[in-house]
Amino acid sequence: MAAALRLPESLRDTVHAFARHGYPHETCGLLLGTRDGGENRVTLVRQARNVNSARARDRYEVDPNDFLAADREARAAGLDIVGIWHSHPDHPARPSETDRASAWPEWSYVIISLQRDGVRELRSWRLNGADFEEEVIRA
Amino acid sequence: MNTVVVRIPTPLRSYTKGADEVHATGATVAEVMSALGAMHQGLLERVLDAEGEPRQFVNIYLGARNVRALQGMSTPVGEGDVISIIPAVAGGAT
Repeated sequence: MAAALRLPESLRDTVHAFARHGYPHETCGLLLGTRDGGENRVTLVRQARNVNSARARDRYEVDPNDFLAADREARAAGLDIVGIWHSHPDHPARPSETDRASAWPEWSYVIISLQRDGVRELRSWRLNGADFEEEVIRA
Repeated sequence: MNTVVVRIPTPLRSYTKGADEVHATGATVAEVMSALGAMHQGLLERVLDAEGEPRQFVNIYLGARNVRALQGMSTPVGEGDVISIIPAVAGGAT
């Protein structure tokens, strides 16, 4: 099965709200759900603190304590961390070289592009070897 | 020697045949990780550098504490403790 992300409309709205609330800074968090073949199915969305406060407009680094909390929540619910989301304020919803260099396999990387007046686009990417490929998003 | 649960994040489960946690024994975090590496070839290279320290993009937690804030890889472990391998999750728009 080709890589795909299942992200229900209500959770997409949640991610949009997190990103808008954080603008003009980058916001980030975890996608919790299940994995079925090539499809990552999101059932919970969590926001994480960005510990890269020095460059909060164009960098993010998920607070490892928040990762651990999300991992515990996921395991308790029979879920996995299936992906990461982060915003690109005033930049396109495409992975940067910084994103690619830091990426891990198997996870979906959701990127939200937004400007001051709202969200422009939400796209999802996954590593295939050393490079990102865009994946289909289903509701 | 104590038996510890090591939690494996999704991106590293290709090294553990899909297992999300693995049991390993040792008296310290370093010993447990060494035992883990002996069971699952290739895993340790993704987690530790040549000096046996956590790589820049990996955090190792014992319970709720980053081992960097404890005694590093020499931190003693107890029976039933939980070690979590936490990939650093980072990136940015530029």
